[in-house]
Amino acid sequence: MAEFSIDRFVDRYAERTAGMSASEVRALFAVASRPDVVSLAGGMPFVDALPAQALLDVSTEVIADARSQALQYGGGQGQLALRERLAMLMAEEDVAADPGDVVITTGAQQALDLLGKIFIDPGDTIAVEAPSYVGALTAFAAYQPRFLTLETDDDGMIVEDLERAIVRGERPTFVYTVPNFGNPAGVTMSRARREHLVSLCREAGIPIVEDNPYGLLRFEGEPLPCLRSLDPHNVIYLGTVSKTFSPGVRVGWVLADPSVIQRVVLAKEAADLCGSNFTMLLTERWFSDEARWRGALERLVAAYRSRRDAMLRAIEKHFPPTAAWTRPAGGFYVWVSLPEWFDTTAMLAAAVERRVAYVPGSAFYPDGRGRDRMRLAFCYPTEERILEGVARLGSLLEDEEELFRSLRGS
Amino acid sequence: MKIAVLAGGRTPERDVSLRSGQRMTTSLVELGHEAWIVDPGETSLVESLGERGPDLCWLALHGKEGEDGTVQRLLDLLDLRYTGTAPFGCEIAFDKVLAKDAMAHEGIPTPPWVVVEGWALRDLGAGAALGDVVARVGLPCVVKPSRSGSALGVGFVDRATDLPQALMAALSYSGAAVIEAKIEGREVAAALVGETLEPLPLVEIVPKSGVYDYAARYTAGATEYFCPARLEDEPAVLPTLPRVDLIIDDHDRPWVLEVNVSPGMTETSLVPMAAHARGMALKDLCDVILRSAAARL
Repeated sequence: MAEFSIDRFVDRYAERTAGMSASEVRALFAVASRPDVVSLAGGMPFVDALPAQALLDVSTEVIADARSQALQYGGGQGQLALRERLAMLMAEEDVAADPGDVVITTGAQQALDLLGKIFIDPGDTIAVEAPSYVGALTAFAAYQPRFLTLETDDDGMIVEDLERAIVRGERPTFVYTVPNFGNPAGVTMSRARREHLVSLCREAGIPIVEDNPYGLLRFEGEPLPCLRSLDPHNVIYLGTVSKTFSPGVRVGWVLADPSVIQRVVLAKEAADLCGSNFTMLLTERWFSDEARWRGALERLVAAYRSRRDAMLRAIEKHFPPTAAWTRPAGGFYVWVSLPEWFDTTAMLAAAVERRVAYVPGSAFYPDGRGRDRMRLAFCYPTEERILEGVARLGSLLEDEEELFRSLRGS
Repeated sequence: MKIAVLAGGRTPERDVSLRSGQRMTTSLVELGHEAWIVDPGETSLVESLGERGPDLCWLALHGKEGEDGTVQRLLDLLDLRYTGTAPFGCEIAFDKVLAKDAMAHEGIPTPPWVVVEGWALRDLGAGAALGDVVARVGLPCVVKPSRSGSALGVGFVDRATDLPQALMAALSYSGAAVIEAKIEGREVAAALVGETLEPLPLVEIVPKSGVYDYAARYTAGATEYFCPARLEDEPAVLPTLPRVDLIIDDHDRPWVLEVNVSPGMTETSLVPMAAHARGMALKDLCDVILRSAAARL
């Protein structure tokens, strides 16, 4: 009796691939790509707002002035001229950076993977917010850690949760946080919590990984200090130009102490030798003209602000009173909490049938929670489409509540 | 022969369908045919078929539009031949509400079931009758959307209090849900191919998680398959249909769960596996299917 094996290498794969599986949600997103479906799911930046002629100009400059460099391999740390520009960008948020302490990565996503590679041994504990950025969870998960989840509220991570865990004897390898307009919740860590987190981690000797993709997309209010500026030696800072310029150039970076940077560079070289010289040059040129990049960023922020306003207005109007949601002061996302009996993963099929899509909440928890939550992105669709999509979702939520009431009547 | 392989579409099974379609196209080309993929999710089907004028359409579409008779009726209208089942059969097989009735009518053993319609819950107060559902089918039970594939929206219920949530999930995929007694036993699939609907060896399905859900179906290594199935005797009576999913209970009784008119043909699919156990390569299987489709008219 021969066993038929579909995948003849099935017994050979590393244990770390065990968590990588086909998903129902991904299958439903195939349907959500229909043009008549309003997708509130993807966090795609509004790149069409960037001026076409200016992009053409910088691309031409790169080829005209630096063709042989653009097409060649480069160093593992990334071009110095670009690192200098990135230091200038970080200064916008009062983060002091020596370009020598920066390594350029293929998006900040690669930085997450490289940090996992150099810090996490199987079974190590990593502290993350609940909910947390799904891309970080999957990047870290490949290194087989145990996740310690820290609850959040409208002021971001509840730092007391971490304090209690430390008192219990927990010593996470690092704490991962997106303090500004986090993905998926859209909330921002308060100043008091930032100060508390930084001093707590410094005393306990736990490094902080601060991921800050959305910091410059603030719609209102005063910026809060980055964790890195509160404690430069204990905070590993991740940045990206994906939201301020373009995700297509895949330029992110790590800012950390030289000892960490040295290991990140070695890990980066082992992973892909070096980033793309062409897109690094393009990015460096883009940020070399202050009026140009500031103007483009202002247009982006203005567009995202009015899209956020449209989404919040529509939610207010169409969602049932049992729903609660965050009111982000920047970034891309609104996070919706529903009564606990909701299952947003299963409901996605009905939503797509009604031509609207969102991301079910459970993706953002490493522990299977979040089935009663969903993430709505306002960054990509036009205001008109946002209004339409939220209205469709609102009527679905009401129908689901009615259905649940009729089932509970039994 | 010029063969248009219809695959993709805009259903949750799009990716699975494209994988099936890609494999079929490769095999058909190996057999010396001119074969190409037509994805109704990307181009207008009628226009695209009009342009290249295939002799035959190979149906690798899954889910609503591909399996419920819609595409088949359209191809009939266009006077194009296609593989697989005719529209009426598709319609019955794809809709579990109709399929269960049809099987019972023909005396095919199928687990006891109850149908719950979404609108009956909303407008007729059917929620008050949920207790009767449990009394009728017993626990544990399986809740399935009436019109969906790849186990999407399927839930297993051990306690009566979990039934409302499972129903909500199934009704998210379809207007009606079938609640069926869960038969304990070995899960097997029977494939029947060719003009004579010759049965291939049974495939036994052993998901590592215990549940043959979407992830178990499409993640390589998540499920163990045994072909031929590890049974004393193959059940004598098999219904003559394309791919039949069954449970063989502890008394060796077969219970038919459902019939798939457009079974998956991906690298983790059951029909190619069964053919392999018979010594048929994928392209041999393609050839048999093709001949039976060509012979039909």
